[in-house]
Order: sequence, then structure tokens, then C-alpha cells
Amino acid sequence: MSGDEKMKLKQISVFLENRKGRLWKAINILSGAGVNIRALSIADTSEFGILRMIVPDPDVAQKILEENNFVVKVNEVIAVEVLDEPGGLDDLLSVFNKADINVEYLYAFVEKKSDKAIVVIRTEDVDAGINALEEGEITILRANEVNIL
Amino acid sequence: MIWNEKAECMSAQEKEELQLKRLQDVVKRAYENVPYYRQRLDEAGLTPEDIQSLKDIEKLPFTTKSDLRDAYPFGMFAVSTDDIVEVHTTSGTTGKPTVSGYTPKDIEIWGEVVARALSMAGATKKDIVQNCYGYGLFTGGLGVHHGGQKVGCTVIPISAGNTQRQIEIIQDFKSTIITCTPSYAMYIAEVLEREGIPKEDIKLKAGVFGAEMWTEEMRNEIERRLGVDALNIYGLTEIIGPGVANECMEKNGLHIFDDHFYPEIVDPQTLETLPEGEKGELVLTTLTREGMPVLRFRTRDITALRKGECDCGRTHVKMDRITGRSDDMLKIRGVIVFPSQIERALLKIPGMEPNYQIIASRPEHLDELEVQIENSPALFSDEVKHVEEVKKSIEKHIHDEIGLRVNVTLVEPLSLPRSEGKAVRVIDKRELS
Repeated sequence: MSGDEKMKLKQISVFLENRKGRLWKAINILSGAGVNIRALSIADTSEFGILRMIVPDPDVAQKILEENNFVVKVNEVIAVEVLDEPGGLDDLLSVFNKADINVEYLYAFVEKKSDKAIVVIRTEDVDAGINALEEGEITILRANEVNIL
Repeated sequence: MIWNEKAECMSAQEKEELQLKRLQDVVKRAYENVPYYRQRLDEAGLTPEDIQSLKDIEKLPFTTKSDLRDAYPFGMFAVSTDDIVEVHTTSGTTGKPTVSGYTPKDIEIWGEVVARALSMAGATKKDIVQNCYGYGLFTGGLGVHHGGQKVGCTVIPISAGNTQRQIEIIQDFKSTIITCTPSYAMYIAEVLEREGIPKEDIKLKAGVFGAEMWTEEMRNEIERRLGVDALNIYGLTEIIGPGVANECMEKNGLHIFDDHFYPEIVDPQTLETLPEGEKGELVLTTLTREGMPVLRFRTRDITALRKGECDCGRTHVKMDRITGRSDDMLKIRGVIVFPSQIERALLKIPGMEPNYQIIASRPEHLDELEVQIENSPALFSDEVKHVEEVKKSIEKHIHDEIGLRVNVTLVEPLSLPRSEGKAVRVIDKRELS
């Protein structure tokens, strides 16, 4: 496992019951604590949802959410910058395809100050994902880079 | 038809005389032959001679399920095992089961009361009874078996399960009466429909359904879909098994065979005897059992009694459909489930905090059990796949413990109601009144 720890980005996941007002409550708590959400996605099933976020200080966000009785998990994902143009994501995914790496989920956001988009990726094996990207010569963003974008 | 007109249609006065005579006799037998009852009566300063009227039964102590359990296995028997020819037990899911022992005369009585029940469904020696109650230690199978043979029916001891086989036998043997749980009857109806077998092609005319709570709506549904008269049978292993009470074709209450089983209704909190017609916990005393007489057994079943002659001609007192239980025990598809079993299953899962609530419902005539569990960091993950695996694994643990499939829902921490003292673990949404 050569995955460089600095290559990994911390993501915070929050369990949400499929009930009115729960998403708002989680976001409201973060807003009250002055947490700036850099990226966000929601996985929804018929019974529950998982709110996944990239925030500047995941430990602080975790603490404040847990104090408000949310179930929270912090885990690692990979952030990659791609060109905000046709084929940008295709190039990235073809690297994983060649390396036979399973992507659990990903979400993307467009960076307004440049012509780039940021893709947050969760591969089944994060280290293997990093290795594949490095071999495919794709630049992985570090935590501080994501947060200053 | 009426199986035993003399017993089933006797006048109120005649019955009370018979009941008193039998009550005095059973109290005497229990006192003399069962150390447990001797001790309980001695403690209460009572002797069998204190029973001078039926009302005097109220002086007697109650017998609870745990009293019977403490006597496991044969402590409540009033005769030597030499004279016991058959035993049955409860399922024993909450610990030791309770054992019921029968002398030849008890088997005779059991056959007699079940014969009365089956006759209410129109059974005669011409009938073919497909008995889908489980055979074995469970009283359902053999109880109906004894009664069916007493009537002279052709009894098919097919036992529970294997629905394909059941349907084959219904068609090939031309069964006329079916005995099973009401939810299983619904399931059989569904499978018949799925296989395109119209109800006109089968010969079933009546069903005697019990071992779980069910509703009037469910009766209508079973009658419509199977083309049968659906009657409610009631009984419990501690008293004898099925055949304590059964509905006649009037379908407005179950006749308790009160020349053998003496019913009372008490307030489950104060244990005061309630007047006729009031809803409370059913308490039963066996008037004729030899092997295991039971005095004032608290059934935990909630019902009300109604006296008087029924349009069918019988004078057996009637009880309303059971509408609930006085404790937490749940009967789901005929299987007894206690919250403690669910808790036991949950505690086997690492990182699980047993904050849960059980919700029983009946969306489509079949009992459903949902277990809501508060999620915790040990169970949670960023991946949907993982959370769903956790949910499935909890479902499996519970299934292994109670033998029923349940639907687990993960909820947010502290979202389940907390109460001081005993937590409200069970919400029964099944409409049974």
C-alpha cells in the first residue's frame, strides 16, 4: 500500500432518516457553527439517506453534529481536478476502468474561478484508487488545495 | 349441527350446578395431589371446603404462566406419570416451556370439545378434514386430530407448511374442512389464485382458524377468497390446547365449553372480577382435567363474556374475539414473540445499542413485524451498500432468534421515545376490535 496519506481527503457522512426536515436540521447545525460546505452529495434509498460532504475541518463538523445526536462517520476519499469540458470525466474513469478498480460513488462540483471541475471519488479500495490515478498521471488534489479553491 | 346437545344446550341452572360440583371436585383434587396448589391454598388459609358457591372461586389464587414454568417439567401433574398418556408443551421461546400432561380421560375430554368445535363448522363423519396445524409438541395438530377422529371425519394429518403439497391434497383428496392459522389460510388463498385454481374447483366448505389474533375483515376476506365459512377457534396449551372455545355459524363470539372450562374476566391491573360484558383479562379454570388441573389461569388475553342462549341453540357462554394481550407478548403469524428475544438478538451484534421499538402491523392480512433500531457509529458507513448489509445482518440475527422474518429500519439516535421505567417496546397497530 503506497497510498500517500496526503493524497486522501477527509469526507464526512451523516445518517439521515427519510423524514421531513432532517436534511435541513443537519445543514442548519453546520451553518450555525460557521462550517462552509465545499462539496456535497446525498445518497438516498427508500428508507434512509447518507449526506456526504467535504468541509474544511471535518473533525469540528463531526463533533458539532454528534453533539446534536447525528450519526457521523469520517472517511477518506480522493479529489481530482478535471477539465470542465466534454470528456473530462471520461478520461478519469477510463483510468479506473483499465486498472479494474470499482468506483463506489463519486460527485463533482465546478470550480467557478477556473475552467476546472473537482471530482470527489470513493473507490472500493482508496489506496488502489490513488495508485491507479498516479499511474495514469492524473493529479490528485490535496486537502489544503481543495479547501482554498 | 350440535355435537352434544345435552352439554351444549343445558339450562343455566343445570349448568351452574354442574360447574359448582366440578369446581369443588377440581379444587379438592388439586389441593390433595399438587403440592403447588396445596401450598398456595394453605397460604391463603383456604381448604377445598371453602368453595360453597361459584362465586367462591374468587377466593382462589391465580395461576400464571411463570408458576407453570417453575413447575417444569411435571410439577403440576396431579397424577403419576404412569397415568399420563400424552404430553404437549408451549413453544418455550421465553425460557422453559410449560408442559401439559393428559390422562386417557383428558384425551377423551379434548376430543369431545374439539368435536363440538368441528361440529360447529358443520363437520360430520362424511367430512375430510385437512389439518394444517403443526403436529408435535404443539397442541394444535393433535388436538384437532383427536376431535376430528371423534366426530368420525377423515383426518388428513398433513401438518403445517409445504403449501404446494397442501394445495395438491386439497384438490386430490377433496378436503371439505381446513384447519390452520387464519394467516396461513390467506396464504393458501393467494397461492390458489396465483395458480389460477378457482374456488369453485375445490371442495372446502368451512375452516376452523386459530392460534393467532384475527379480525372480522380477515374473516370476510378468507370467506370470499376460499368460499368457506371461517370460524374462530380458541385454546391454550396450559388449559388443554385448541377447543377451549369456538364460534358457531352465528359468527358473533366464541362459545366457551364452560362445562369443562370455567371462565372469568378480571381487571388485569387490580385483578378484581369484572361483571358480565366488561372487557378484561380472561381467566380459566379447568373443571374436569385429571392430569393437570389448573385453577384460575391468567391467559393475558383480553375479551368480554356474554351469557344467554345463542340463536344456534347453545347455552355455552360466549366470549368476544380476542382483541389484545395484557402484556407485551405478541403473536405474529401464530408465533409468540417477546421483546426480550429481539433484544437478545440485537445484543449479539457488536457495537449495537439496544434502543429499539417493535411495530406489529397487518397491511395485507398477514402480520408484519418491523423493528426500528437507532443507528450508531458502529453500524454506519458512507456506503449505502454497507448500511444495507448491516440492516440485513440484523434481520438475520432476529430471524435466527424468533424464527420470523422482520423488517429492520434504522432510525436516528434518540428518535425513539424514551420513557421512565419500562420502555415502550411494542406498538401493536393491528386493528382487532
